[in-house]
Amino acid sequence: MDFAGAYSWPNLSFILQGFGVTLLVAALSIVFSFVLGTILGAIRYARIPILYRLLAVIIDLIRNLPLLLIIYFIYIVLPLVGIKLPLLWAAISALTIFEGAMISEIVRGGLNSVDRGQIEAARSSGLSYMQTMRLIILPLALRRMVPPIVSQFISLLKDTSLCVIILLPEMMHNIQILQGHSPKYVIPSLILAAVLYFAVNYTLSIIARRLEAKTI
Amino acid sequence: MKKRSYASLLLILLAACLALAGCGGKKNAEGGTLAAIKERGKVIAGVKYDTKLFGLKDPATGKVEGFDIDIAKALAKKILGDENKVELKEVTSKTRIPLLQNGDIDLIIATMTITEDRKKQVDFSDVYFEAGQSLLVKKGSAIKGVGDLKKGTKVLAVKGSTSTKNIREKAPDATVLEFENYQDAFTALKAGQGDALTTDNAILLGMQKQDPNYELVGGNFTDEPYGIAIKKGDAEFVKAVNDLLKEMKESGEYDKLYEQWMGVKPE
Amino acid sequence: MTGKFDIHILFDHWDRFLEGFLHTIASSALALVGSFILGTIIAVMRIAPLKPLNWIGTAYVEFIRNIPLLLVVFVFFLGLPTLGVPLDGFTSGTLGLMVYTASFIAEAIRAGIQSVPSGQSEAARATGLSYMQTMLHIILPQAIKIVLPSISNQFINLVKNSSILAVVSGFDLMYYADLINADTFLPLTVYTIVALFYLILTLPLSMAVHYMERRFRAADR
Repeated sequence: MDFAGAYSWPNLSFILQGFGVTLLVAALSIVFSFVLGTILGAIRYARIPILYRLLAVIIDLIRNLPLLLIIYFIYIVLPLVGIKLPLLWAAISALTIFEGAMISEIVRGGLNSVDRGQIEAARSSGLSYMQTMRLIILPLALRRMVPPIVSQFISLLKDTSLCVIILLPEMMHNIQILQGHSPKYVIPSLILAAVLYFAVNYTLSIIARRLEAKTI
Repeated sequence: MKKRSYASLLLILLAACLALAGCGGKKNAEGGTLAAIKERGKVIAGVKYDTKLFGLKDPATGKVEGFDIDIAKALAKKILGDENKVELKEVTSKTRIPLLQNGDIDLIIATMTITEDRKKQVDFSDVYFEAGQSLLVKKGSAIKGVGDLKKGTKVLAVKGSTSTKNIREKAPDATVLEFENYQDAFTALKAGQGDALTTDNAILLGMQKQDPNYELVGGNFTDEPYGIAIKKGDAEFVKAVNDLLKEMKESGEYDKLYEQWMGVKPE
Repeated sequence: MTGKFDIHILFDHWDRFLEGFLHTIASSALALVGSFILGTIIAVMRIAPLKPLNWIGTAYVEFIRNIPLLLVVFVFFLGLPTLGVPLDGFTSGTLGLMVYTASFIAEAIRAGIQSVPSGQSEAARATGLSYMQTMLHIILPQAIKIVLPSISNQFINLVKNSSILAVVSGFDLMYYADLINADTFLPLTVYTIVALFYLILTLPLSMAVHYMERRFRAADR
């Protein structure tokens, strides 16, 4: 085990570069999947005709497939039927679609959990459907959804590591290049990677707990 | 409600399969790769990042260096006048053909053996390197050649390489374990996950240089002629590449490059 | 040409698809049993009246569930051998899955244990049962019934996560997908077939979970 060698500045900066890509892809995917998931969840909750049944099928399909397969499929297979995406966007799309499907389920569950009484009261006091959604249902539901959604974000950060199979230059990819140069770097690099992932994810989970405590 | 979702799911899948069965692959008819390169102003070459001597990324400097990279640079110099007008994209044996077919890269210069099967997928330039498949083992190993790979021996290889098919033919009793790329396979070998690693001797030579605890044994048991792969149907670009190779051989540049990386003169 | 869909591959390479399918099932099932046992132990450790055990249990859960599965598997596949314990791809992958999933199951079981009404444990202790006896015969059985849906969810996750075996030469579905693709040059077909194989496993499990969740919600009335 060569810690000094593994953590020498050039190698360290290479690992950190990878982590930078990890964070970038994760951040973008988190934003996109949150938007996508909320829209999909809302559509399913509102039971917009035809669309909601079609979405139910597609979302069920995606949620039940391995993310590794989805990533590879989007980058390597889709171009063969005409849908070409550059590496970074293929990774982001795969993560967005998969996690978005997961989040849509959380959103749907959250919306469903809003007490019917609240909705009826709002409607009977003259608010339109959209207003009820915007002012009553969504705010109440969103608060309840914070923990599972943050949990999904944490999963997303971890899942960026799967993009190593399409050669996204994220952390695990760079670590493997480093390990290729010397087997003595294996354990030190794995430890550093674990610490970095843990630091970010643990912080996220603490933030989630704070947010949850602040709400009803 | 759930039963109906399941049934409609299966119907959609069935319909999708039938629809796809009718689809062929899409071919983008452009002005050819040469035109695209000139318009873009750079050559995009798919190369290895994990293979010492041919294409290896150095984490310290961030540069990718090797024999294949130098040929890519020579091509950029020939077409665009500047050897730096080349963009390198990382490929592995597994991903290189799809990436070429998608148009992500203009050509593959990545220790790729010319085979009849692959000729159906891509077009190849003339041979630019003669390699042969061999074995890499830890110094002092009992394995001296392909004949020593008996039942229970674990041989490591890389997904998508010609080595996997060949080793299964030459050593049918051995267990073959396949990895994503060469550095994964070598790391696995060093971790004791296998008794030998098999691929082209030139690649193994690079590994031996990286870690002298490992050595090549048994000589070559196949011929592996390397070619530069180009998208099928682009004869103009194939000719350009072949012209480059001919020029490099005639001017002596090829021999110089060969000796620089391999340490010996080409035969 | 490679965007073609050629169902004949399924029959030409049936033995490899099948072997991959069986390895995927085996790995998921073994990891499920292992992570259930390990997860239960950790959950009990977290709420046991012994501070050091609490600390170990909490550290395990907080650390493992915040790092990627790939990393855990690499520790088994690349890290352990350098310390003298070589484990093959399938074993490292399965152990990695087990250690990783155990952290989630531990949390689920802990939540389950803590939702068993405290009256139960008080009554049990009052009748003279020891802590361990109370745990084993009274609390855990009830807790497990409560957490069955979320554990089944973890089983679905395990089946999906087992695809990690492809990266360490674990002979699962994704691994064989890569190999068959290398031989046939038909990625659309190969990976679609593999997707269907996964769905054959995960969809029924998913339906079972829905069913369980609805039954338990009804039973709670």
